Amino acid sequence: MKGLRAALCVILVALLPAQALGDGPSNWQMDFGTSASETKARIVDLHHHVMLIGIVILLVVSLLIVFALVRFRSDRHPAASKVTRLPWLEFGWTIVPVLALGAIAAPSMQLLAYEAKIPDAALTIKVSGHQWFWRYTYPENGGFAFDSIMLPPAAVPEGEPRLLAVDNRMVVPVGAVVRIQVTSSDVVHSFFMPALGLQIYAVPGRLNETWTKVDRPGVYYGQCNQICGLNHSFMPIAIEALPQADFDAWVQQARTRFPASAANAGPSTTQQASAEQ
Amino acid sequence: MNGRRNNSISAWLFTTDHKDIGTLYLAFAIVAGTLGGAISGFMRLELAHPGMNFVVNGQEWNALITAHGLLMIFYMVMPALIGGFGNWFVPLMIGAREVAFPALNSLGFWLLPLSFVMLIASLLTGDGAGTGWSLYPPLSGIDGQPGASVDMTILALHLAGISSIVSAINFIATIINMRRPDMRMSDLPLFVWSIFLASIMLILAMPVLAAALAMLLADRNFGGAFFDPAGGGDPMLFVNLFWFFGHPEVYIMILPAFGIISQVVSQFSGRPIFGYAGMVGAMVTIALLGFIVWAHHMFTTGIGFAPRAFFTIASMIIAVPTGIKVFTWIATMWGGSIRVTVPMLWALGFIIMFTVGGITGIVLANAGADQVLHNTYYVVAHFHYVLSLGATYAIFAGFYYWFPRMSGRVFPEWAGRLHFWSFFIGTNVLFFPMHFLGLGGMPRRIADYPDGFAGWNLVASAGALLALASTLMFLVMLLSTLLSGAPASRRFWGPAFTHEWDDDQPDDTVVSGRAPRAAIGDLSA
Repeated sequence: MKGLRAALCVILVALLPAQALGDGPSNWQMDFGTSASETKARIVDLHHHVMLIGIVILLVVSLLIVFALVRFRSDRHPAASKVTRLPWLEFGWTIVPVLALGAIAAPSMQLLAYEAKIPDAALTIKVSGHQWFWRYTYPENGGFAFDSIMLPPAAVPEGEPRLLAVDNRMVVPVGAVVRIQVTSSDVVHSFFMPALGLQIYAVPGRLNETWTKVDRPGVYYGQCNQICGLNHSFMPIAIEALPQADFDAWVQQARTRFPASAANAGPSTTQQASAEQ
Repeated sequence: MNGRRNNSISAWLFTTDHKDIGTLYLAFAIVAGTLGGAISGFMRLELAHPGMNFVVNGQEWNALITAHGLLMIFYMVMPALIGGFGNWFVPLMIGAREVAFPALNSLGFWLLPLSFVMLIASLLTGDGAGTGWSLYPPLSGIDGQPGASVDMTILALHLAGISSIVSAINFIATIINMRRPDMRMSDLPLFVWSIFLASIMLILAMPVLAAALAMLLADRNFGGAFFDPAGGGDPMLFVNLFWFFGHPEVYIMILPAFGIISQVVSQFSGRPIFGYAGMVGAMVTIALLGFIVWAHHMFTTGIGFAPRAFFTIASMIIAVPTGIKVFTWIATMWGGSIRVTVPMLWALGFIIMFTVGGITGIVLANAGADQVLHNTYYVVAHFHYVLSLGATYAIFAGFYYWFPRMSGRVFPEWAGRLHFWSFFIGTNVLFFPMHFLGLGGMPRRIADYPDGFAGWNLVASAGALLALASTLMFLVMLLSTLLSGAPASRRFWGPAFTHEWDDDQPDDTVVSGRAPRAAIGDLSA
C-alpha cells in the first residue's frame, strides 16, 4: 500500500505544473492547492488515502468488466451459465467493502475529532457575513472591526489575483491557535478558506465556531461558498498570516485605523449582528 | 378504432392507457431535458472564460442554475425513469392489463406540464428565483427574493410533488394487487422492485418537501417566521427538512436506474440476473439508509462532532449495498453470453461511471474532508457522475432497450453507437476536470471565477459542446426513426426473461379516452 501511495503521489506531482507564486488557485492544477495548516495537511492525507482505495476499486471493477467482455462474448461463449447464486461469493463481496470502509472510517474519525475539538485559543476573531462582504471583529484586541470588500478588477495591484484580492484582509498571527466565530447578518454564507482546510457556514441567528493555526506567513485566498444572491461570485476571503511581532504591530495600527465601537468589545453575540443591520 | 392507434389530439389528451401515458411522460422528459440541457450549454458558455461574458448579472445566473437543477431532477430524470418506463413496463412485466388507477395516472401526468409552465413562468417573471434548487432561506425569503418568482417555483414544486405522490400510489397499488396470479413479490423483475421502492420513498419524502415549502410560502407571504431568527425561527430547520427530502430524492432517481441496468445486463448476458435476492436486499437497504444520511449535506453548517460522525458512518455504509449491485452486474456478465448492443453499451458506461461517482461519494462522506470539498466543484463533479453519467445513461439504456417495444421501430445501430461514444466522451471531458477544480477550491454556483481556474473550465466547456452535439444528433435520429424507421419484431432482442416482450399482449387495442374495463375488474378480483 505504501509503495502504491508513493507511486500515486509521484504521478500526481509529475502531472502538476510548477505552482505559481502566491496562494490562489493555479491553472491546470489537478490536486489540492496550498496547505498552510495542520488541518489541511491531514485532510489531504485522508483524501489521498481514500482516493487510493477508490482507484484500486475502480481498476478492479473496470478490469473485471473488460475481462468478462472479452472472455464471455456471445461468439466465444454461446451458452450462458445457469448458475444464479453462489452464497460464498455474495458473502465475500459484502464483507470486502465493509473492510475497506473500516480502513477509511478509522482515520476519518481521527481527522474529524481533530477538527471538532477547539484547542485553547490565543485569540478570537469574529467573522460576519454580509451581502456581499465580510466583516472581521477582534474583540480581544480592543474590539476594532472592519469590512473586507473585493477590489474591483481595475484596482487589483500587480501580483494579486482578480476576484480574490480585497481591500482589508483578515490578519492572524502565525503559529497561534485562533478561534473563529462565524455568523451572518442577512442570508446564509459560507466562510471557506481552502489553504487552511477551513469551512463553516455563516448562518443568521447562529454563532458557529471553528479554529485554525496557520503554519507559515503568507496571504491565503478563499471565497464565499454558499449561494447568497446577486454578488455571490464576488465575496472573497483573504487571510494574511504574519509573525507574532508583525501581527502585534498590525493590531496597534488597526486600532487607530478602524474605529472601535463599544458593541464590538468583549465576547461577541448574535444580537450584535442584528443590531448592526 | 380497435386494433389501430388513434392519434387524434383528444386521444392523447384524454388517454388513460398506461402505455400512452408512459409515452407522454417520455416525450415530456425529452422536452424538459432539452431545455435543461440548453440552459447548461449557456452556463458552460458563460464559464468557458473568466469574466461576466454573457449573463447580465449574478441574479440571472442564479436563476438559470436553479432552473437547470429543478428541470433536470423534477422534469427530466424522474418523469423519464418513473413516469415513462414505470408506466410502460411495470404493468407489462407483471402481466397486468392496466395500472390500478388509470384516471389517477392521467391526472398525475397532466399536473406535470402545468407545473412545468409554472416553473418556466417563474424563470421569466421579474428576476427569477435565484436561490439554487435547494431554496435555502433567508435567500429564498421575501427580503432575499422579493418578486413572485420564488412563490411560483414553490407552487410548481407542489404540483410536481402531487404528481409524484399520485403516481407512486398508483404504482404501489398496481404492483401489490395486479400481478398475474403466478407471480409472487419474490418473482418481480428487478425494475418493478425498483419502481416499487422508489414509490414508497416518494410517499415518505415528498410530503416533507411540501411541508418545508408551505412553511417557506407562509414566511414569505403571511408573516410567518418559521425560518426567520428575528421571529424565533431558524434557517437550519429548512435545511434539515429540505435534505430529509433531498437525499431520499437522490435514491428515488437512482433506484429505477439500477432496475433498468439489471434488466439490460441480464438480457444481454443471456441469463437471469445473478443473486436476485441480494439485489432486492441491496435496494431495500439503500432505500432505508437513504432516510438516515441527510445531514451529510450539512457537515459544514456548524453541527457538532457526534452528528458529523454518525452521518459520516451511515453515508459510507451505503457503499456496501451499492457494491453488491455493481459486483452482481459483473457476476451476471461473468459466465454469460454477452452481446454488446447499444443498450448494453449504455449499461456498461453506467456501471463504470457510477462507480467513479460512488468513489467520490465515499470521499465526500467523510465530514473531516468535507471542510475543503463541500460546495466546491468536486461536489458538482460527484453528483453529475451519478446523475448525468449515471441516471441519464440508465435512461438511454432503457430507451434503446425498450425502443423497439415502444415504437415498433428499429433505431439504427450506428446512430445509437455514435450517440453513446460521443456522449460518453463529451460528458467525461465535461465533468472529469471538475474534480480538479473542486480540489483547487472553486465554489459552485459562481458566474465568474478567479483566473487560476480558467484552464479546466475551458476543457469542461469543450466537453459540454460535444455532449450537446451528441444530444442534438440523438434527437434528429429519434425523429427520423419515429417517422420512417424500419419495423421491429416483437421479440426484438431474442429470448427474454421478462413479460413485456410476450406475444399475447393487447398492444394498441385499448380505446384511448376511457379506462379499460379489464383493469377495474382485475383490481376488484
